[in-house]
Amino acid sequence: MTAPLLSIENLSIGFTGLNDQPVFIVRDVNLTLAAGETLGLVGESGCGKSSLLLAMMGYYKQGLGRLRGGIAYDGQDPGLVSPQQLQALRGGGMALIPQNAGQALTPTLRIKAQMVEVLRLHSDLAPGAWQARCLALFERVKLPDPEQMLNRYPHELSGGQQQRVAIAMALAGEPDLLLLDEPTTGLDVTTQVGVLALLQEICQDLNTAMVYVSHDIQVISQVCNQIAIMYAGEIVEMGPRADLLTQPVHPYTQGLLASIPRLNQQTLPHPIAGEMLQPVHRGSNVGCGYAGRCPLATDQCRATAPLAQPIADRWVKCHEVTAAMAGEFIRPAQKLLAANLGDRELLSVADLSIRYQAPTWLQSLRGQQPPAIVRAVSFGIQKGEIVGLVGESGSGKSTILKTIAGLQGSLSGRITLSGTDDLTGPVESRPRGSLRKVQLVFQNPDASLNPRKTIGEILRRPLELYFDLATGVMDQAVDALLQRVNLPESYKGRFPGQLSGGEKQRVAIARALAAKPELILCDEITSALDVSVQAAILKLLLDLRADSGVSLLFVSHDLAVVETLCDSVLVLEGGEVREAGLCAEVFKNPQHAYTQALLASVL
Amino acid sequence: MSSAVTILKGVTATRSGKIGVVLVGFHLLLALVAPWLVPYEFDAQTAVIDHAGPSLAHWAGLDTLGRDVLTRTLLGGREALLVTIFGTGLAVVWGSFFGVLAGYLGGRIDELIMRSVDIFLAIPWMIFLLLVIASFGNAPMVMILTLGFFYGIGVVRMARAATLEVVVKDYVLAAKARGERPLSIMMTEILPNVRDVLMVESAMRWSWMLLAFSALSFLGFGVTPPTPDWGLMIANSRIYLALAPWPVLMPMIALSSLIIGINLTADALAKSLGVDKTTRALV
Repeated sequence: MTAPLLSIENLSIGFTGLNDQPVFIVRDVNLTLAAGETLGLVGESGCGKSSLLLAMMGYYKQGLGRLRGGIAYDGQDPGLVSPQQLQALRGGGMALIPQNAGQALTPTLRIKAQMVEVLRLHSDLAPGAWQARCLALFERVKLPDPEQMLNRYPHELSGGQQQRVAIAMALAGEPDLLLLDEPTTGLDVTTQVGVLALLQEICQDLNTAMVYVSHDIQVISQVCNQIAIMYAGEIVEMGPRADLLTQPVHPYTQGLLASIPRLNQQTLPHPIAGEMLQPVHRGSNVGCGYAGRCPLATDQCRATAPLAQPIADRWVKCHEVTAAMAGEFIRPAQKLLAANLGDRELLSVADLSIRYQAPTWLQSLRGQQPPAIVRAVSFGIQKGEIVGLVGESGSGKSTILKTIAGLQGSLSGRITLSGTDDLTGPVESRPRGSLRKVQLVFQNPDASLNPRKTIGEILRRPLELYFDLATGVMDQAVDALLQRVNLPESYKGRFPGQLSGGEKQRVAIARALAAKPELILCDEITSALDVSVQAAILKLLLDLRADSGVSLLFVSHDLAVVETLCDSVLVLEGGEVREAGLCAEVFKNPQHAYTQALLASVL
Repeated sequence: MSSAVTILKGVTATRSGKIGVVLVGFHLLLALVAPWLVPYEFDAQTAVIDHAGPSLAHWAGLDTLGRDVLTRTLLGGREALLVTIFGTGLAVVWGSFFGVLAGYLGGRIDELIMRSVDIFLAIPWMIFLLLVIASFGNAPMVMILTLGFFYGIGVVRMARAATLEVVVKDYVLAAKARGERPLSIMMTEILPNVRDVLMVESAMRWSWMLLAFSALSFLGFGVTPPTPDWGLMIANSRIYLALAPWPVLMPMIALSSLIIGINLTADALAKSLGVDKTTRALV
């Protein structure tokens, strides 16, 4: 066997914390990558996957460094070579494709100037040949109208086009290794499919090796032949794609796969209890990093760290391989059939059109109208029903939600709640009684909770606003709310910064519940969360609906999540409803071409 | 208050922060107890040769009129501190009120407030200040009100900028959607989140205002003689600098040490509160 292209031995990345305790972001990772091989690194946020990827090109985020271990790329350690050699290595030997190409491209330079810079540094071409090479690269990444593209600025390109430019730029130096850091995460599903197909093609045609980092194992499995699962800074399982996906061994891999919502699945996604071991605790932890959350954990797991043991073509770091392979420790709940809804309509939206700006003086003079974001949308929500609103970015789904909440004015149409409350006007015009009945939960719990207030204060506020309660009763009500979203009462005194993402989102849901609402508007509330946490939030929402009969309007771009949670669904494109109906029918037998295209993009 | 203790701990975590807090603390303490410490009356004249250098009886020598320089230096910061502390307080209170108001409400009210700010920024404040003092006298109250007004104009801009960053956060939207009143949103959702910026800003304003006040005294508009004041002392003795440096050096050291102290504290405050996000450049 020839020498591997990249080999990593016992690599630990981190910093030395208080009392000279090492803080591990990445711990004792071993990897080898042959030329032309594609490896996917999968893990949830905070597992160290991006730090590991950047270390491969000799780069560490501020404050971090290599604690021990070695990296060899083509026989050279990127941490030991001279700055000139490192410059040749980065871009020439290996190239990074970043997560957000829109931010990675310089906004004030035309695409051509940025492409030429790479060619000047990393190719032997004469300046006269640069233009032709750029065009060839753009055709390679299937950018439409390559000549036009070269003269544009980054902001004049769509997100997918920006990502293709970033790929072309990475290919310009003819690297042997491509490093990809979640390159499709910010893209719409239909765009993502195209970029992934392109990456697959590049690997096959150019025989470029690839390390692909993502939180999404389904994305990874489209491109990579080898998959490594990372947890709490370590690779816990690594092997060929087919083996890992169909017969995962490590309890974490099994848990991760079980927590992903999928289309046409009879069971609910199964959450993983607990939280990932934080970097500060990784140094003092002597046992398996997953022992705290693992249903199979024994005393041995807590006392000694498992070593990698080979199983057929792969290896696994686990003491309880036999028990894990027997399976049976994850029992996902059966999906409930749609609740018996009856026909009591709660919310009715009739002929709703929304636009952001009023016509300017000049436009009204010319008889022009600024374009509407949402056009003639009508739908209803029954009591206790969960309605999904799906569509890609710019489809107007969040705008509809904000209008129902009264945060965005409407152009025409009518919104009524239980036939009596008029929700057409802005928040200021609504009586407190009807405000109480509709509550909103936001996408990003970091931004939706005031960082200066304790959890207790945050939950008490809607109680003070809508109900006249005595202090003692109020405290009990706050405790009850925390209990309902499965958080301990001791969290009352904490600030949002002391909670994990999933816990923060639970608090945001509890704040909505405090008002005893009839309708909760959910704006992508699980898309900022890890899948194992998302599964728990979805289960919580279903439980809440079963307990209190609250209705939900659930905006999401993720069709599998919508199918898991919702009774009926509306598909939006460009501000218009393309298809609406019961989830079961729409997903099984989509009628509109756009719905079919969306479903075909689900990995 | 526990948060005050936390903030102080954060400031004194760095060495420069410690130096700053010690300097500011020393000056504040001195201003309070100086009347009981000083060896002479501030206007007591000694019938010896003027400009006498340091001696056992007069550690920092005598000034032109035969007054004890040490006594006058120890007492010379009292009025400056009184005026600037209250002046800064006034500036921050009214400036942040209008700044948060403009940032939160936006639209016409924002335009009105910010254009008024522009107008006042275009007026040379020193000349305007001299005009006010010429008309109303230089009583501490007049000084507090005018300095407080002029230094608040910059605070309006700072507070508005900080508010604009917070207004777009989802927790403000959530409060709006709940049906909270604008005043309640400004007080409970926005103000606590712009507090850090305002605290750092007020520390910086304080040091600027001290310099401005001393400059006024230097020009003869700040403090009425014979009340001791650093700016005035420097002005009166500067022509004899080559002959007798002490009457100029002493107030200079006092004023600089206080301003350096305030600036070090402000920098440490900004770092510990995360307002100053400067980090090492990448690559």
